[in-house]
Amino acid sequence: MSNHHDHHEEGHGSYSDYVIGFVLSVILTVIPFGLVMTGALEKSTTLITVVVFAIVQIAVHLKYFLHLSFKTEEGAINLMTFLFSALIIVLVVGLSIWIIYASNYMMMM
Amino acid sequence: MLGKLSLDAIPHDPIVIATLIVVAIGGLALAVALTKYQKWMYLWKEWITSVDHKRLGVMYIILALIMMMRGFADAIMMRTQLAAATNGAAGYLPPEHYDQIFTAHGVIMIIFMAMPFMIGLMNIVLPLQIGARDVAFPFLNNLSFWLAASGAILMNVSLGLGEFAKTGWVAYPPLSGLQYSPGVGVDYYIWALQISGIGTTLTGVNFLATVIKMRAPGMSLWDMPIFTWTCTWANVLIVASFPILTAALGLLTLDRYADFHFFTNDLGGNSMMYINLFWAWGHPEVYILVLPAFGIFSEIISTFSRKPLFGHKSMIVASGAISILGFIVWLHHFFTMGSSANVNAFFGVMTMIIAVPTGVKLFNWLFTMYRGRVEFSVPVMWTLGFMVTFSIGGMTGVLLAIPGADYILHNSLFLIAHFHNTIIGGAVFGYLAGFSFWFPKAMGFKLDVKWGKRAFWGWQIGFFFAFMPLYVLGFLGMTRRLNHTDNPDWNIWLYIAAFGAFIIAFGILSQLIQLFVSFKNREQLKDTTGDPWGGRTLEWSTMSPPQFYNFAVEPDGKGVDCFHAAKQNGTAYQRPEKYAPIHMPKNTPDGFLIGMLLTACGFGLIWHIWWLVIVTFIATIAVGIKRCYDNDVDYYVQPEEIEKIEGEHHAALQKQAEMRA
Amino acid sequence: MTAMTNSHDAHDEHHHHDTSKTTLFGFWIYLMTDCLLFASVFATYAVLFMNTAGGPSGADIFELELVAWETAALLVSSITYGFAMLAAYKGNKGSTLKWLGVTFLMGVAFISMEIYEFHHLITHDFGPDRSAFLSAFFALVGMHGLHVTAGLIWMIILMLEVKNRGLEKRTQTRLACLSMFWHFLDVVWICVFTVVYLMGSV
Repeated sequence: MSNHHDHHEEGHGSYSDYVIGFVLSVILTVIPFGLVMTGALEKSTTLITVVVFAIVQIAVHLKYFLHLSFKTEEGAINLMTFLFSALIIVLVVGLSIWIIYASNYMMMM
Repeated sequence: MLGKLSLDAIPHDPIVIATLIVVAIGGLALAVALTKYQKWMYLWKEWITSVDHKRLGVMYIILALIMMMRGFADAIMMRTQLAAATNGAAGYLPPEHYDQIFTAHGVIMIIFMAMPFMIGLMNIVLPLQIGARDVAFPFLNNLSFWLAASGAILMNVSLGLGEFAKTGWVAYPPLSGLQYSPGVGVDYYIWALQISGIGTTLTGVNFLATVIKMRAPGMSLWDMPIFTWTCTWANVLIVASFPILTAALGLLTLDRYADFHFFTNDLGGNSMMYINLFWAWGHPEVYILVLPAFGIFSEIISTFSRKPLFGHKSMIVASGAISILGFIVWLHHFFTMGSSANVNAFFGVMTMIIAVPTGVKLFNWLFTMYRGRVEFSVPVMWTLGFMVTFSIGGMTGVLLAIPGADYILHNSLFLIAHFHNTIIGGAVFGYLAGFSFWFPKAMGFKLDVKWGKRAFWGWQIGFFFAFMPLYVLGFLGMTRRLNHTDNPDWNIWLYIAAFGAFIIAFGILSQLIQLFVSFKNREQLKDTTGDPWGGRTLEWSTMSPPQFYNFAVEPDGKGVDCFHAAKQNGTAYQRPEKYAPIHMPKNTPDGFLIGMLLTACGFGLIWHIWWLVIVTFIATIAVGIKRCYDNDVDYYVQPEEIEKIEGEHHAALQKQAEMRA
Repeated sequence: MTAMTNSHDAHDEHHHHDTSKTTLFGFWIYLMTDCLLFASVFATYAVLFMNTAGGPSGADIFELELVAWETAALLVSSITYGFAMLAAYKGNKGSTLKWLGVTFLMGVAFISMEIYEFHHLITHDFGPDRSAFLSAFFALVGMHGLHVTAGLIWMIILMLEVKNRGLEKRTQTRLACLSMFWHFLDVVWICVFTVVYLMGSV
């Protein structure tokens, strides 16, 4: 690793980071697409698998492409910001769905 | 060529025409005065293109005060209409005009009065409190202001061209959909909110980056002054909630412009989703308004009790708790939509829980005053008035949080009384307190005390006369947004409420007189030291008004109330041997240009003038790209100049010290 | 440049003009607001996706093979942008431009496929005016597409900047901002293909 690279290493990722991220992403994309396109598994199992793979792939992207980590100062503050946003998203999306589906049910739709 | 725009768009209502004439004369007089005193260039160079957070803050507050007049004019028209239109009389405002007035009142007071006021105070004070020389992105700050102004301009253009929405400030579909609101009113609403909302989002981004990255050396996050902290929580709420408004308005726009079916009655649309999204923004929004006000009261109580704030940390944690809980209570705005009992129970309980951290704050303020030497200055009077008024608003809020009770009280005047109780008694009193507290810092002279007290009593007494009757009317069954009534039992309360509105008018008038009198006596009221109240935080260590670079040397920000501590150990006001050059951003017209282009773009969208939309949109992007390419955006202030400015400040301080001796 | 270098040397203790970390953090917060924007539209989609009003459902109209190709284009563009960034930090102008060019082409391929899909649906009378489900579908996928388009325009501007000005610090920071934007859009796309296409086709 050259000096130049060392100087910039913090929070920028490296060649191997991108390659690892890419390979993992390909795997995490191909499997859910394959499951849905072939219909190999039962419906509910497929749904759960697809969602789990998506969450894992998001984590992969955040780590290897967006360089979020608790190790660097920059990565840590970005990660905290992201986690807070994720919390708000879960609250807003989750509660919205609950509210509207419950009201649909009440209206027997 | 002009889309839907034609001469018919000019309203024929005599009230509107009279208003337009008055505004035109006023504008003309201002233009003549600016020309006569040759101030156009000054205005352009020092204010319009300024990226200085203090200047922008002042402009935000001017915008807020102007919009307060407009919003209050709407309010007093509503109250007089309702006092006149009893026993089946029609009153003087026909329904289609009256409906626009109550919509405009809500939009203006929330979006164009309270928000700019809060953001203005934050602009002036926050960077000073953390010992920064400006915000993280000064150009973006200027752009945010002009986006807010752009929204306000569109909002007011609706008075003279076309109409404003008749839907209430929430603009629920399907009423706000194309089928039931085919006119331009809702489009004015959409674009005014959308453009200013994007400006607000950028402000939130900007100030979060500022507090994270620009704090003075030594200042930990826990050390930040409480106003900075409450603003920070408000900014967290802004960046987390304003995008939801952007989305809701965007989807409504698609419904109205492109035949989408999100919120329509037919083809599977669900209007409840708009209401849901609107309040998922709307509820955090009320905390965006009130949290900074809590911060202001905390600063004032601590300064004028000559004591550190009781429970600095618990205050920060309580604000954080409010911020997160603020995201899980929004359904209480529409319990009556009829979701399941579980949903209503969950949101009802959460709403009651959110009262707890607010209560913590109230006790913190009481304990700060306890055994302090409270000085009854104007800011303290606003604070004490707030503590009483807001508590009532909070308690009626907890009452409304019970779904069963809400089914009775929903959309009644009880609700109107409740939220005015919290927004006026909480947010507006806070901003007015902050206004008199930090006015000397921003302008260099204190405000006249006598008229300040009159303004306070006008607001405080007027508030109780204007809004307590609305609680009664709510119990008597009167709903909101009525144009006229025919129930003798209500009359007396409507008269009292109208009377209250006039007392508030006296309060507002006193405030204007206060500004005028203070300006006239600005030499006597001059604040020479920069620290007129014996302040505790870093903003008081600067000159009044502060040097454009704020701090000649980066201050030591260690510890809560660090300026107070520095004054105690005699380390305040120390001069270094030699000043280092200071890096500053250059003024730029780009923010103003983008703001005005987007105003024109919004106008084109409202009236379906598509060429204008395309031209101004492309021009906006072009200005943006030009700005990105521009590398000539900053300069250095040289030590000689700093030496000179600081010399004057220290000479004034010395003189003051000698006089005291 | 000379003037700037001089002032830098003269006042070495003041690194204020190097605001890249602040810029990157600010841009990240902006991306979080964008996240919330997408989340709101996702919530709307989740609420409305069954409201087909007699029109087609997702399973009727989605062509997963096309979506797989779109996903591939975007994923490859992510790693090529990453290579462009690595080259930019090394100060290698030619390599940066080359990788940016490849990324750009991948982005264009993605957008072309999306336009093809939209065009195909609209000409078959399955436009956004057909049902609430299709409204939500077009809004959500279209919003992502608009973001990608904005990213492509931005990429052109940055390629010109790299070409004309080289890889000075400010340009690197701007490249890093677009990098976050681009990778962020890929993350959003994971949600889109999972929630809209895959779950809609199961």
